[in-house]
Amino acid sequence: MIRTTLAVGMKELRQIMRDRRTLLILLFVPAFFLLLYGYALNFDIRHVRLAVQDRDRSTASRALVSAFVNSGYFDLAGYVDGDTELKDLVNQNRARAILSVPVGFGRDVAVRRPVTVQVVIDGDNANTAATVVGYARLLIAEFGAARSPVTPSGVEGRPSIPIITVEPRIWYNPQLRSTLFLVPGLIAYISMITAVVSTALSVVREKERGTMEQVRMAPVNPLAYILGKTLPYLAISFVSGLLIIITAMVLFDLPMRGSWGLLCFAIGLFLVGAQAQGLLISTITDTQQVAFQIALLSSFLPTFILSGFIFPISSMPPVIQVISHIVPARYFLVALRAIVLKGAGIEAFWEQMAALAVFATIALALASLRLKAEWS
Amino acid sequence: MADAAIRREADSTLAIEVRGLTRRFGAFVAVNDLAFGVRSGEIFGFLGANGAGKSTTIRMLCGLLRPTSGTALVGGVDVSRDPEGVKRRIGYMSQKFSLYEALTVDQNIRFFGGIYGLSGQRFDERRRFVLDMAGLSGREHTLTKELPGGWRQRLALGCAILHEPRIVFLDEPTGGVDPLSRRRFWDLIGDLSRSGVTVLVTTHYLDEAEHCHRLAIIHAGRLAALGTAGELKEVFASRPILEINASKPVDAMQILDGLPAVEKTSLFGTSVHAVLRREDIESSVLTDALRAGGVDVRSLDRVSPSLEDVFLDVVESAGAAS
Repeated sequence: MIRTTLAVGMKELRQIMRDRRTLLILLFVPAFFLLLYGYALNFDIRHVRLAVQDRDRSTASRALVSAFVNSGYFDLAGYVDGDTELKDLVNQNRARAILSVPVGFGRDVAVRRPVTVQVVIDGDNANTAATVVGYARLLIAEFGAARSPVTPSGVEGRPSIPIITVEPRIWYNPQLRSTLFLVPGLIAYISMITAVVSTALSVVREKERGTMEQVRMAPVNPLAYILGKTLPYLAISFVSGLLIIITAMVLFDLPMRGSWGLLCFAIGLFLVGAQAQGLLISTITDTQQVAFQIALLSSFLPTFILSGFIFPISSMPPVIQVISHIVPARYFLVALRAIVLKGAGIEAFWEQMAALAVFATIALALASLRLKAEWS
Repeated sequence: MADAAIRREADSTLAIEVRGLTRRFGAFVAVNDLAFGVRSGEIFGFLGANGAGKSTTIRMLCGLLRPTSGTALVGGVDVSRDPEGVKRRIGYMSQKFSLYEALTVDQNIRFFGGIYGLSGQRFDERRRFVLDMAGLSGREHTLTKELPGGWRQRLALGCAILHEPRIVFLDEPTGGVDPLSRRRFWDLIGDLSRSGVTVLVTTHYLDEAEHCHRLAIIHAGRLAALGTAGELKEVFASRPILEINASKPVDAMQILDGLPAVEKTSLFGTSVHAVLRREDIESSVLTDALRAGGVDVRSLDRVSPSLEDVFLDVVESAGAAS
């Protein structure tokens, strides 16, 4: 039995090695995907071109402008005076935001009288606009807080009114860089596709070429055969998953706060489930073309849409939320984010790991039932 | 009692023994009550049109498909009870030469050696044997897809007999191979048979069937004829076959079919074969009729029946009977 697995595994590896293109695709395209998605799927907004209409021209107004520019979110596009000039700037897309400081701003700030500055944002992209509004609010609030002198209590016999300021703190990803949030999702997404597709194709290819029939003529245990066929792809998908993480650490400063052992365990469990899904597909299809399509659709769509990779599960309609429970990437994502971003131990996500194990077991059981029916 | 004892002794030399073998797919009966025996060391030809049930029978004999009813013993093992035991005892090669084309000759041999559980010295010996037999020594590292058809076919045979099975099934092994390679392949089959290996082979090429010791013709899932090529040709013992070269073969056939002395006619290339009803019919009856019909007869000779004549005759009468 072990000898069969070894013979089949060696054969499979030799076939993969011979087919350099496939090997390269399996190993490096995932990391390449990360580059593409990592840079393109970036929800952060930086370097917003800001035009300033400073009607006050005081120290305080200049300080506010430099607070905007120094934040890194805004680039100064220039100072303007007239309203028509402003309009032109926005229409010609030379500025996407305008900061308008009223006359008397410096004086009002000094005596702590409420004052309003105007921020105009080009709303042609609603998402971007909302994010920019958030940045601007935060900057102005910070500016205001810094300018409020701490009032010693009991001055003039009046109790001081505590100034309540909201102090947002975001853990694990303090700059709220969406890349950090996306990378674990990308690992799940890419590994899922490669594992399901490569496993399904490797089995269906043998069916299509008739070599499967030849192997079935030999006294071969189906389990040994399947192990031999899937283990090489497990190893390759595993290496490719780790390559993604290393690429993300180097290029996107992904922190790896948790244990590598736990990370490997989670990836392994997830990949076994994905391969079982690939096997199951191979047992219900006879041509590589059909297998490829089913494998791609059944791995790509749910992982992309239903796993919480990009769209939060909590904001989905209840029915969809229920369906999302059968998407293994959903659990893998939680575990991965916990390990990589939070450095959490298994006690934080054992439920997700258990769910992954359940998925793998059910998929393996279904696949072996189908295989047995096909084999004899 | 004595009769049964004798039969049992005869049976013990049978490599394959089939009784009442039947396989249904739903309402369709692919193999119907088949019975025959193949002797050890025999080259047994299995003839039949596409869909006659050849492949279904072979798949049952190889332990790949369960019979609906009936028994088949292969190397003394019941295919229904112990399909894995059957698989250990047989070799199988199909028309598709199911090798891994992206692997080298040597890697293919290693793979099949591995799944048949060969290792160490025995594997090395068998590997060398297969390379010699297929004429592939020195080309071990050639990619299989780069081999010409004849070589690939011999490599496929080599991989099928790597584990020295006593019984080998060849399912249309010579499809798409040039005549010279086919010839060499049949020499290899002869060698196998002489070393005591039983070979059951299906083929489309009736000229190849002459190489077989005995032949079974199957039609619509039933055994239509069984015997040596000579025995099968006996169906024409009292029915002479005349080969006629005439100016208008199609007209000639029409005229001949109208004669009471002629049982049937068939076209063989550009000549016409006419089967006569009796031995004592003068050939002049035919030539006169043809000339009267305006057909110019160039030659008219009595020929011995070919296997193609036999096959057509057997299939026709089996078709008429059912």
